[in-house]
Amino acid sequence: MGNSKSEVLQGTLDLLVLKTLDAMGPMHGFGMALRIQQVSEDLLQLNQGTLYPALLRLQQRGWIASKWGVSENNRRAKYYSLTRAGRKQLEEEAESWGRMSAMINRVLRTS
Amino acid sequence: MREFFRTLMQRAAALFRRRRLEDDLDEELRSHLEMAVELNLGRGISAEDARREALRSFGGVEQTKEKYRDQRGLPIIETTLQDLRFGLRMLRRSPGFSVLAILCLTLGIGANAAVFSWVEGILFRPYPAVTHQEQLLALGGTARGESGHTAISWPDFADLQRNCTLFNAFFVSKIMGTTLSVGDRAEVTTGSIVSANYFDAIGVHPLLGRGFEPGEDSGRNAHPVTVISYQLWRGRFKGDPQIIGKTQRLNNVVHTIVGVAPEGFYGTFVGWAMQFWVPASMEETFEAGGYKLEDRGARWIESYVRLKAGVTRQQAQQEISAVAKRLESDYPETNRGRGFQLWPLWQTPFNNARTLLPTLEIMVAVVVFVLLIACANVGNLLLVRSFARRHEMTVRLAIGAGRGRLVKQLFTEGLILAAFGAAGGLLVAHWCRHALVLLFPARGGVAMHLPGEIDWRVLAVSGGVCVIATLLLGLVPAMQTGKIDLAGALKSDSAGVVGGGGRAWVRSGLVVLQVSLSFVLLVGVGLLLQSLQKIRNTSPGFSTRDVLDTAVNLVAAGYDAQRAQTFQDELLERVKALPGVESAAFARMTPLSYGSYSSTVIAVDGYQPPPEEQPTVEYNEVGPGYFATIGIPLVSGREFARADDEKAALVAVVNEAMAARYWRGRNPIGERVQVKGRWMQVVGVAKDSKYESVREATKPFFYVPLRQNFARGAGLHIRTRLSAETMATALGHEVHALDPDLALFEVITLQEQVDRSTSPQQVAVTLVGVLGGLALLLAAIGLYGVMSYAVSQSTRELGLRMALGAGASNLLKLVLSRGLALTAGGVALGGAVALGLTRLLGSLLYKVSPRDPLAFGSAFVVMTITALAASFLPAWRATRTDPVRALRD
Repeated sequence: MGNSKSEVLQGTLDLLVLKTLDAMGPMHGFGMALRIQQVSEDLLQLNQGTLYPALLRLQQRGWIASKWGVSENNRRAKYYSLTRAGRKQLEEEAESWGRMSAMINRVLRTS
Repeated sequence: MREFFRTLMQRAAALFRRRRLEDDLDEELRSHLEMAVELNLGRGISAEDARREALRSFGGVEQTKEKYRDQRGLPIIETTLQDLRFGLRMLRRSPGFSVLAILCLTLGIGANAAVFSWVEGILFRPYPAVTHQEQLLALGGTARGESGHTAISWPDFADLQRNCTLFNAFFVSKIMGTTLSVGDRAEVTTGSIVSANYFDAIGVHPLLGRGFEPGEDSGRNAHPVTVISYQLWRGRFKGDPQIIGKTQRLNNVVHTIVGVAPEGFYGTFVGWAMQFWVPASMEETFEAGGYKLEDRGARWIESYVRLKAGVTRQQAQQEISAVAKRLESDYPETNRGRGFQLWPLWQTPFNNARTLLPTLEIMVAVVVFVLLIACANVGNLLLVRSFARRHEMTVRLAIGAGRGRLVKQLFTEGLILAAFGAAGGLLVAHWCRHALVLLFPARGGVAMHLPGEIDWRVLAVSGGVCVIATLLLGLVPAMQTGKIDLAGALKSDSAGVVGGGGRAWVRSGLVVLQVSLSFVLLVGVGLLLQSLQKIRNTSPGFSTRDVLDTAVNLVAAGYDAQRAQTFQDELLERVKALPGVESAAFARMTPLSYGSYSSTVIAVDGYQPPPEEQPTVEYNEVGPGYFATIGIPLVSGREFARADDEKAALVAVVNEAMAARYWRGRNPIGERVQVKGRWMQVVGVAKDSKYESVREATKPFFYVPLRQNFARGAGLHIRTRLSAETMATALGHEVHALDPDLALFEVITLQEQVDRSTSPQQVAVTLVGVLGGLALLLAAIGLYGVMSYAVSQSTRELGLRMALGAGASNLLKLVLSRGLALTAGGVALGGAVALGLTRLLGSLLYKVSPRDPLAFGSAFVVMTITALAASFLPAWRATRTDPVRALRD
């Protein structure tokens, strides 16, 4: 399913979502989209829509949970929160991400 | 891994909650967009811009939903369901095509399922209700220097049972015909003599009462008890719940009913349904030849073994052979040169499994051919349709369907057809599962029992066949989609010349395949027919016309030897006195009947057998006037007379083969031969004839007077011009006058006897003939379809030819020659295949070479005529082309 480029993107997006929920607590999709854009300083130009299949995927894996709630402007919205499995996954992924980027840095520097 | 399953489960669950999840998604995305619009409005831009901006940064609501759905459910299942719905709609839209295709597949798959149900029910799982049949093997005896099998004696059986360790059980089941009397009604029926462990060994528990107890199979006539079949209980005893303890006369001996077998249990003999079982201790009541349980030389039982888990047939055979060696040295008189052999159930030598095995083997190959032909036919239909659907396919490709998706759609349609075909086929198999019996005449008034068995294995095979059919069916149109080119799609594409054109080769190939497969079957039918003809034309060496055969079961009626002899004499006098009777004689065995001749080790003055060989010859016990009655000419000497009785010197008549083998050209008349320790003088030489089978080679054989070697169970031969029916009535009167309790067996001509003995060949011819005809029909339909289609697609060309001056006969020739070219290709291919395959008919062929030119020639003629017939209508239609209209269109 899909090409390798979007898979890289998928993994990254998953990590961003997990990190955002970890940092901010339960959030709805729109809030998350804004937050990710803000944090990445608009460098990451992604369609907000792509967030939703990712949220579903993370839910299916049991890393996040969702619940209907009411937003600050009194609007019904679906709120997502990190599960315990999700927190563990975030730690692992962050770590492996760190290792990976360190390695790439090293490769880039030596060559 | 756990996450993978978790995801899978959630996705599968989502399939069932689509509506709700869909609403959920709508609401979530709507709320997202509304929040975005609100935020944008807060920046002070117009409502319209705010909305546009929100949608832009969201990026395609429908695409997102589509991706979301793919992630949510299991797209492969959803598209399959979609394909199924679409496929069914397509089939409904062209009912003619669908019905024809499903009919072809029903025949193809039905023929397979029916034959597999026979193979299962007759060869592999022949005994319904018996547990773990895969552990069962048939056990029979062998004699050195003789092919085939022998029966086993009871003491040998007991020794095997005692000395072998690799078996869970040894058990005996010996079929016999019996007179069953309930009230004043006597009828002939079939039962089994069994060892006491029988019901335990096969794992069948009586519905009422009990099976036999240990020890009930020993002691002469000590245990007159019987277990009756469910059918007998329901039929003759009206399902009497108090049946246990009641009595039943079997062969005039009162037996106590101790049990009723469960429904669906027919005993353990392929070909006949058993009606009752008695323990071996009652053997004397049912078997000719006296009490045999203590006689190691009396070989009469047929038996089975159940292997222990994990023991192979080879290991078991080794152990049995070791015991046989010991018995040979312990009892040289009876056991020299004697061994025992284990056979898988489907090769059981002493029941109809062995008779039907070659036929069923051929049938399996034949039905695969029929299936291939049916698939080729449906493939052709699909091709024609895929041509008609080219437009649809092109449009679907143009609006973005992947080729893979289209191919999947086509395979799904193939699957729907195959599934309907399989369902229909199983129905056909269900109807045909008892059809095999119809090909066999009832014998002795008892119908045969040859049920097919449709169990999970047959269902699995049919399922496999269905899948293969699907693949074959989907393949052809799928190959075609690969060729669709979008640019050329809208050009109206008038197919090439008749027979030419790129696309036509697949269809032509399929027709060539069909023709070649049917050709092979036709050759097979031809060979089998010729064999049957040869068998029919083989003289058995005795008169088949004007000789009738019947019997009175004196053993069953409880006659002793003295009484039986008196009865035979009296009956013979009465029969000879009947108007129209030329002569009559008793004989223990009727030639070519089911049963075994007596056999003996012989010694001949002046003949020194090679070491290790025990000259063993079969013989028949016959009455005075036997040779004249049955029509076996005597080459020299005389036949038996009334004077050759107990008080006279012992005499024998040998056949030519025996004279040649043991007297080496000397005249045997006046010489001596030792039979079972008694010396007899040869008084005549008879011409060779057939004894057990029409197909047997000439073999040594001799005759002794019935009076000097008495047997109660003797058959009566009558030479007369009267019909069997007339004779049956007259005989019935005479027998009744002598003893009202006696039942007369059926009266048949010896020709009928010969025909019955060749029934395996007839069955093979009938079955292969029917399926060969079916295959020919399917191939003709295929050829017709391809030719009509080619003609309908090339009207423009035909019109052009006509306009340029081609006459009707030219066009007729054009189309016919094309049809014949395809046929020729098929015949050439089929001929080559047939040359390689007909060897497999093997034992079913008699005096016919597998490459017999007549069979190949007639198959060629039939195929050509069929091809001409199938192409004629399309060819005729071609000549009716209206050139003006064809060119204008």
